[in-house]
Amino acid sequence: MRKACLEQVYQLAKKDERVVFVGSDLGAGTLSHFQEEMPERFFMEGIVEAHAVGMACGMAHEGKVVYVNTIQSFLTRRCYEQLVLDACLHNLNVRFIGNGAGLVYAPLGPTHWATEDISILRTIPNLTILSPADAEEMNRLMPLTLDHQGPIFIRLAKGYDPIVTKEKSFELGKAYSYRDGKDVLLIGCGVMLGIMKEAEEILAQAGIEASILHLPTIKPLDNEAIISRAGTTRAVITVEENTTLGGLGSAVAEILAEACLPNPLRMKRIGLPDSFSGNYGSQLQHFAHNGLTAENIVTEARKLLT
Amino acid sequence: MDQRSKQLRKKIVDVLHHAGRGHIGPSMSLVEILRVLYDSVLKYDPSNPQLAERDRFILSKGHGCLALYVLLAEKGFISEEKLFSFCSFDGLVGGHPTAKTPGVEFATGSLGHGLSLAVGVAAALRIDKSERRVFTVLGDGECGEGSVWEAAMSASRQRLSSLTAIIDYNKLQSYGPTEEISGLEPMSAKWKSFGFATREVDGHDVDALEKNFAELPFAQDKPSAIICHTVKGKGIPFAEGNPNWHHKTKMSAEDHARMINSIEDYNA
Repeated sequence: MRKACLEQVYQLAKKDERVVFVGSDLGAGTLSHFQEEMPERFFMEGIVEAHAVGMACGMAHEGKVVYVNTIQSFLTRRCYEQLVLDACLHNLNVRFIGNGAGLVYAPLGPTHWATEDISILRTIPNLTILSPADAEEMNRLMPLTLDHQGPIFIRLAKGYDPIVTKEKSFELGKAYSYRDGKDVLLIGCGVMLGIMKEAEEILAQAGIEASILHLPTIKPLDNEAIISRAGTTRAVITVEENTTLGGLGSAVAEILAEACLPNPLRMKRIGLPDSFSGNYGSQLQHFAHNGLTAENIVTEARKLLT
Repeated sequence: MDQRSKQLRKKIVDVLHHAGRGHIGPSMSLVEILRVLYDSVLKYDPSNPQLAERDRFILSKGHGCLALYVLLAEKGFISEEKLFSFCSFDGLVGGHPTAKTPGVEFATGSLGHGLSLAVGVAAALRIDKSERRVFTVLGDGECGEGSVWEAAMSASRQRLSSLTAIIDYNKLQSYGPTEEISGLEPMSAKWKSFGFATREVDGHDVDALEKNFAELPFAQDKPSAIICHTVKGKGIPFAEGNPNWHHKTKMSAEDHARMINSIEDYNA
């Protein structure tokens, strides 16, 4: 997914002179063809994330469309003030590409995890937040980042993630439906789509019909799709690779609480707990440990429906 | 101090008194720096603040904005009436600058942002082959922010000779002397070692400021730094060098009169 994303940055830069790339201290060879062919628009700034974001905003102020890439937790944690004040307050055309959403960097430990980024990013006005499920979806959304007015944050998954999307086009702010069942509505973003699809299949075998809503745009959220789907179901389960505090599940709960739907709804947020993990291992081991699995979605669905 | 510098300072005091609050000390140390920039250095058009062929100015030490607003009003970017909307709910000018004020490029005031923004602007202008220049004024206390030095490294690595960092070195931050709190010395050597062509000047000497600004860039392949030795609260003897005058609220009519009188009588 990262490879697809950066290749798209290169392609966009080839066709549009406004495009500039700013990296921190990325892996050797990253976007070397960009650097060779368009050196005046390629900036590898070093381990200076706060400055890199400020500089990107200075360039965007002058009409550039600036793609900033570094490790996601450094962007959201270290550069939060630059994100809020420099980029979002001025509504600038900076695209933040965060390597390692959620627990992608599981073996590297908590310094490198982005486990609360959805919660803290979605409170910033003007910011569009994207969390695609696979490289093909990334390829569909990237061209839209060229002319969108305002800052965008893109959460990158691990890479070589299974292809689970099926659309032909992408619309910012649109939720995508992957199944339409009457019993339980599953809502997630990013690589959770694959897990939700697995859960749906298991549930179907047990005679439980699930709907799936994939939200590659976390902000602005497709409220209408969420409310209309929730209006025809009995239970809602959200699944996210982020703390359950203030994340996607919270956003859905807020919307449904105020929607005052006539049908009684039961709800469960599946995500990361409000505690620091001392584990390393793999992303999938963390998923298993925290219930970000098809099996756990099925278990929770059964609980809600009894 | 000439009449023009006194007039600008009295206007700052008038606005501060009208609003009932403001950063006075950090504005007073800036008066000559901004006066010279807006009188004889920066290229701009008040009727078209977004003019592509303007020089970019960023007040990184946003808390010195009263001095900036007085200049922006004098030059016609904002009206006298709007100048006196300072800090009011629907005012055009606030306690720290934002881009809603004509002539202000960026919101500043959270310190340590301005130089990075300026580096980005200068880098973009270079891509566009623009001849326009970028100026930013930093506070001395602000130089405690690590991002200032990240930006400084980047500016010199990129050889951004169109960029000038001006340091308002008034030697006093909110709590007390910068040397006791931040330990910024050797200030000039720091900027030099970070790759800036650096000069030091009396930041209240209009002629010296004009002469140095006229000689920019100080080197063809380096960004420039001008360390301006200034006095916090300059022009109001009882405020000069007094940390209690960093920010003031609740000023009586008597306080106001006393400040105006002291500026009028100032002879240094």
